[in-house]
Amino acid sequence: MEMAIFLVMGALSVGFSLVMILARKPVTSAMSLVAVMFCLAVLFALQSAHLIAILQILVYAGAIMVLFLFVIMLLNLREKEGEESHTKGYGQIFGGAIAFTILIVAVGSTSMSGSPAGLSSDRFGTTAEVGKILFTKYILPFEITSVLLLAALVGAVALVKLRMR
Amino acid sequence: MEMIPLPQISVGAIAPELTLVAAAMIILMLEVFTISKGRDNLAYVALAAVGVAGYLVIESLGSPMTTFSKMYVVDDFSGFIKLVCLLGAGMTILMSVKYTRDEGIDGGEYYSLLLFATTGMFFMVSGADLITIFLGLETMSISLYALAGYARGRLASNEASIKYFILGALSSAFMLYGMSMIYGAAGVTNLHEIARIIGQNKENIHLVMLGGGLVLIGFAFKISAVPFHMWTPDVYQGAPTPITAFMSAGPKAAAFAAFIRVFSDALISLQYQWWIIVWILAVLTMTVGNLIALSQENIKRMFAYSSIAHAGYILVGFTAGGKLGESAMLFYLLIYTFMNIGAFAIVAIVGQQGEERTSVSDFAGLGYRHPLLGLAMVALLFSLAGIPPTAGFWGKYYLFTAALDQGYVWLAILAALNSVIAVFYYLRVIVVMYMREEKGESLPQNAFPASIVVVILVAIYGSVLLGITPGGYLALAASSSLAH
Repeated sequence: MEMAIFLVMGALSVGFSLVMILARKPVTSAMSLVAVMFCLAVLFALQSAHLIAILQILVYAGAIMVLFLFVIMLLNLREKEGEESHTKGYGQIFGGAIAFTILIVAVGSTSMSGSPAGLSSDRFGTTAEVGKILFTKYILPFEITSVLLLAALVGAVALVKLRMR
Repeated sequence: MEMIPLPQISVGAIAPELTLVAAAMIILMLEVFTISKGRDNLAYVALAAVGVAGYLVIESLGSPMTTFSKMYVVDDFSGFIKLVCLLGAGMTILMSVKYTRDEGIDGGEYYSLLLFATTGMFFMVSGADLITIFLGLETMSISLYALAGYARGRLASNEASIKYFILGALSSAFMLYGMSMIYGAAGVTNLHEIARIIGQNKENIHLVMLGGGLVLIGFAFKISAVPFHMWTPDVYQGAPTPITAFMSAGPKAAAFAAFIRVFSDALISLQYQWWIIVWILAVLTMTVGNLIALSQENIKRMFAYSSIAHAGYILVGFTAGGKLGESAMLFYLLIYTFMNIGAFAIVAIVGQQGEERTSVSDFAGLGYRHPLLGLAMVALLFSLAGIPPTAGFWGKYYLFTAALDQGYVWLAILAALNSVIAVFYYLRVIVVMYMREEKGESLPQNAFPASIVVVILVAIYGSVLLGITPGGYLALAASSSLAH
């Protein structure tokens, strides 16, 4: 059962990703990205990362995608904006094919035996467990992230605010 | 109620970072409460923070420790690079006093972003875990993206910011993808643990190689190694001159430090796979950087290609590795910070308001109109070119002997040939300064505020006097290397 869900969702996410980068209309791309996010959320849930699965839907498919759609709407992008991208795509296809082959070879030679390191506990992936680890073992990265977000905020404000003089 | 055991945390270990972040936030608050005229003083608040952080880093030298669940490490290696980053930040802040006034930039966000970038470098340098290193790198990069576009009135600055942002985000994605593969193969993110697990279990070695390659691309982008250098000329040319100076020193040193830590710690068992890649990168970076620099008319662009070439020289030391190679790299990063920021300070003086005079021909006759400034530029250019007895010469000498010592004879020969090419374009600026008489106007009296004079004097100290007595700093660099 798990395997079947994994195969279906995996295939769907690859398919929607392709639609996202190949679509001519920006809105189509954005909506396929939403679909990819949903598929990824299911994949996370399969890995018993429940909190991440929910966050994936709430934050990415919800908040961030709404922002994307707003930007597309406000910039009023039209279909023709993406037309020229189909003229010389052979280089990209060639490069992508090579990268894909290397990836397949590397992943194919990886042994998938043994259970992942964190799965020992029953409560793995629950909100309580993630919260606990976030504020103990990963407290430093957690705090650096807040500095990172503050820096991004200050930078964004500095770049767009009106000059007084 | 379940008790959660707290891990061992030593807040004192991150005191320099805390100082910088606190100062950045204080500056943001102070800006609100000061009138426009008083905002120059924010620079000195930032400078004081850099000084305090420097003191704290020096205090921590000699007493290595690992804390925060082994994610953060304090050692002499990180201490040395942190001091280089602080030196770059301090010189940049002093350079910026006049620049922000001329360009009508409100100081608050500017200086706090500089401090945030420096904090990011600190976490990158001290990161003993892939997560810490990546977060530090992003904090640094995001602050730099904003700073590159700070001169909003100039189109080139906007272009620099957007180009740096898009390409930087792509390179971060490469690095993150690579890190996820290494994690997938090893199951841990701690650098020591990765080394141990990969060393024992060769099953997933292909995945680690692929991940290591992607991480290498990410670092190569940050140090602008050829062929990942395409962003450098445009960003260096478009960004405000003090920011260009800043980007060419601290971030590069921090990226090199993290590069060394990841590859000579976590991926040490793949050494025989990656040294050949770094060898090729070093040769390409030196050669392409120097050859393209020959034909540049804009001086900031020329220095951009020259900084690419210098990254190539430092990669020579990286290829050599070992204690000798690493200490040569550290020493070179230090003196490169001195001479490059000094040269950019002079470019900023000559450029004047709006950065309108940034072509090489704008330096014509400078040696006669402003003899002292001309002399300072000559000294810095000699040091950049590596002409004895300047510090630049000793830096190159140690790098190349490290390569020879490890048997990389061809690499040393190519590096030496490259420094000969480099002499040509540095000397060209001197020739323009002294041999081509032009009826250019003298710089106005207010072009030389005390702050920028201090920067140039510090640069002269670092690139000339340090060359006559390099002993102490070299010993410090040697005792700071990771390898023993």
